Amino acid sequence: MTQSSNRKHASGESPAWAQEMTQILDAYKLAGGDPEALQLPKVATLVINTNHILAVHEIPGVVIHAEPLENGVRADITVEPNTKVEQPIHLCFGVVPADGVQDIIANYEIGENATAQFLAHCSFPNAVHVKHNMKAHIHVSKNASLTYTEEHFHGENGGVEVYPFSEVMVDEGGQFFSTFALTRGRIGLLSIDYQVYAAANAVVKMTTKAYGFADDKVKVNEVVHLDGEKARGLTLSRVAVREHAVSQIFTTMEGNAAGARGHMDCTEIVRGQAVAHNTPLVVVRNDQAQVTHEAAIGSVNQKELEALMAKGLDEDEAVDLIIRGMIR
Amino acid sequence: MERILRIQNLSLTREGRKILENVNLVLNSGQVHALLGINGSGKSSLAYSIMGCEGYSPDSGKIIYDGQELNKLSITERARLGITLAWQEPARFEGIPVGKYVGLGLKKPDRQKVINALKAVALPAKVYGYRSADKTLSGGERKRVELAAVYAMRPRLAILDEPDSGVDIISLDDISRLIRNLAEEGAAVLLITHRKDFVDTADVASLMCAGTVIFTGDPHETRLFFEKRCIPHVEALGTQPWNESLPEVQAAFASNGELRSSNK
Repeated sequence: MTQSSNRKHASGESPAWAQEMTQILDAYKLAGGDPEALQLPKVATLVINTNHILAVHEIPGVVIHAEPLENGVRADITVEPNTKVEQPIHLCFGVVPADGVQDIIANYEIGENATAQFLAHCSFPNAVHVKHNMKAHIHVSKNASLTYTEEHFHGENGGVEVYPFSEVMVDEGGQFFSTFALTRGRIGLLSIDYQVYAAANAVVKMTTKAYGFADDKVKVNEVVHLDGEKARGLTLSRVAVREHAVSQIFTTMEGNAAGARGHMDCTEIVRGQAVAHNTPLVVVRNDQAQVTHEAAIGSVNQKELEALMAKGLDEDEAVDLIIRGMIR
Repeated sequence: MERILRIQNLSLTREGRKILENVNLVLNSGQVHALLGINGSGKSSLAYSIMGCEGYSPDSGKIIYDGQELNKLSITERARLGITLAWQEPARFEGIPVGKYVGLGLKKPDRQKVINALKAVALPAKVYGYRSADKTLSGGERKRVELAAVYAMRPRLAILDEPDSGVDIISLDDISRLIRNLAEEGAAVLLITHRKDFVDTADVASLMCAGTVIFTGDPHETRLFFEKRCIPHVEALGTQPWNESLPEVQAAFASNGELRSSNK
């Protein structure tokens, strides 16, 4: 189904809806989103608070179907073949109350030769006990391209548990570029699990950025299967932890076909009593494939530090600038 | 002409090896002071010691800047006194825009000063201002960014470690002009270089050998001696450890009647 500009509000525009919409847009802003972008006619949007679908807006070539679940929402978004979506599709998922569970089941279908960007913001600004489960199935069809950027804001209490799971299929010649960023406020517990399957000539680039402190915990498990000939994969992990935060980065890159090329690049900066783990796993099942990895875990690079201090920054200012740059 | 830096009998050991030995050097404000020497003669180590880098605290001797002994000051404290260093191979920074990096040494944000500093090294701010100072820049571009950051800072003492290496030939005139401008605006510039044209435009030059300054004097004469005597002589020594070669190089130096050491 293709619709021209069509903004739908599940609860009409009642005062209760307006109040909830205002709250979620405030939360959206805290996660780095631009609420005005959600109002633009050319921008496809989906706005969800807990299991309330507050706004759905489709544009030509982009079909959005959302239905409430007991503790969340099921969302199916289809970008029709040959569609070039000019403006990013904006997704806003949030839980405004202090307590709650949100389950998002998402299916994203990017049709052949289509190009789209998704800009997802997940915000839990008041969370004391909030659990967010995301289960996404993403299909990037032949020669299609999807850029998926997800930014989170978990408030300042650290009371959030977030479990994003994504299974991504990238067909021949398809491109999948993703960035996950949680660099403002507390993290709480973040456990990412991505499985990506790349067919022939497909390109996958996944970037994860997180900044944890206090007793935050970050666990990232990314597996890229380069199954098709000349498939290419790159994972970039940029994590900083301080105080008593813990990060665990497990990255696997499989080179399963001739000409497949993969690289994993992890930088983690550790301050105070924090602990960082990094486990890259390389699996190569074809003698024409190649996978490489590099990792730098620990203190800030001394040369970088001294270069900034030679400009007059003190050590703390220099470290903060390096970390902010790394996760920017 | 103000004497801004005086290094007295500076010695440095790293990992059990003598790197600097009884270095004596004087730098004056408003002058470009070229520092020559073969690879491994201690030029960069001297630069790091003046800046206060980790692992380069002298065993003995003094670094006196504007009448104040620097030995116990941190890099930050030295930078805030007006000293800075452009590394031979500048660090790369993910996510820090070039424009922000160039402006780091300014006491307060000043966009125009950043634009002017980038212009001075032939990098248009519109093209480079928002790019990251990371590995996507070529070696030459990164060096020019570093020089722009030094220039924007308007230091009282700028230590430039081979600012010309890796920079394309077209930009060398800009770099040379920037160095002269720094001096004309009152800075003392310690210029580590091997380029003939850079040395010849300096006001004074010193020659380092085996961890010490063996001569300070006219830049042209110093360079000629370096090219005609030091380089062939060291090449002839083959793979001898540099500290064992010192007496022979000093002997070669002494046999040249045209030059006399004035390093004290």
